[in-house]
Amino acid sequence: MDRAFFEQLAMPLFDQLYNHACWLTGDRADAEDLVQETYAKALKGFGAFAEGTNLRAWMFRILRNTFLTSRSGLAARNTEYLEDENVKVDEAVAHEVTPELLLQRSQNEQALFAALDSLPVNYRQIILLCEVEEMSYREIAEVLDVPAGTVMSRLSRARASLRAALGANIREEVR
Amino acid sequence: MTTCGQDREMLAAYLDGEVQAEQGKTLEQHLRTCTECAAEIATMLSVRRTMKLARTRFTPSADFRRKIQSQIAPRRRTFKVFSMLPAAVAACAILLVALVWMRQNTLRAEAFREVADLHVSDLASGNPYDVVSSDRHTVKPWFQGRIPFAFNLPEFAGTEFTLLGGRLVYIDQQPAAQVVVGMGQHKISVLIAQDSGAFGSAFSLAGGAEVRNSFNVETWSDHGLRFFVIGDAEKKEIQHLAQVLRSANQ
Repeated sequence: MDRAFFEQLAMPLFDQLYNHACWLTGDRADAEDLVQETYAKALKGFGAFAEGTNLRAWMFRILRNTFLTSRSGLAARNTEYLEDENVKVDEAVAHEVTPELLLQRSQNEQALFAALDSLPVNYRQIILLCEVEEMSYREIAEVLDVPAGTVMSRLSRARASLRAALGANIREEVR
Repeated sequence: MTTCGQDREMLAAYLDGEVQAEQGKTLEQHLRTCTECAAEIATMLSVRRTMKLARTRFTPSADFRRKIQSQIAPRRRTFKVFSMLPAAVAACAILLVALVWMRQNTLRAEAFREVADLHVSDLASGNPYDVVSSDRHTVKPWFQGRIPFAFNLPEFAGTEFTLLGGRLVYIDQQPAAQVVVGMGQHKISVLIAQDSGAFGSAFSLAGGAEVRNSFNVETWSDHGLRFFVIGDAEKKEIQHLAQVLRSANQ
């Protein structure tokens, strides 16, 4: 295994992986542990990594799997177990907000980040992978280890949730 | 679903660049006429634009970057230094030994040249001795007060050697005794000096017999004195004389 080659490929992803880890854990110390473990695992598994395949998706996948088995990841999973069933409620809330207000609100960075932070981690992550990391649905499927067809529907539910969260934010302020 | 029956999921997928070209064209047609869907797209785009800021919300510290970097960095740097170290030490040692050896060789060559010159100049001189005597009890006391050390001469009577005389010479700017011993037609010089300074160190690693300018030379050190026996006699004879002198001075 070539360490120099790994360093050359993996270090450019460092900032993205760290940022993503912070979004997942919500804590810088946890994020550092997560990133460190991710690099350690990736380095160890680099021999099995086939050259020419997507290193970024591979590293994000290691990051996600590491997160899911970490302390903060397990805590998040326990509290968000029923996440999928909440979506219908969110969708209903989302429509109470006028599109104009939503549009205006979406331009506010703090409001958007607060809404994103309030989402279940699975939704938060898929939105970040799609809109921040700009991954294709195929790459996202690879990172999340789900069938490609699942990505579109999960992404749709996640966005509806985000919209609802943004709306909830607005309603709190209006009140 | 929007009221016009358009799927929101499809609109988002369109912005994600994940719809077929055919579907995309149909959607674009629809967006031109449906204000609701156009507003929807505008909102989505606005969210996306703001969302890009999420990419740089958290930046790692330089310390943490260094930590990861050193964790995955190739071990070549430290590895190399440590693996090279014994080789470097060995190379230095070899170089040092070579330098010492070369210097030693040079010093020895100079000393032997000096000794050979003294021997030759004595042979060529019309006045080769300061003290002429075949009696060792005459020759040895003559050196008293002239050289800062004392030495013994063996009894040559009854051997193939004859004591011819002696003179005061300087080797490496130090006073030394030159005793000339005859053997048949050969003349052999015995040079005795203090084994000190650069002169002494020239021989610290060496001794024994040498051949210089076709002279046979034998040298050794004993009780702080350096002895040379040099002459054109057979090597065996030179060694014999050396041995006689050696045992006289022990």
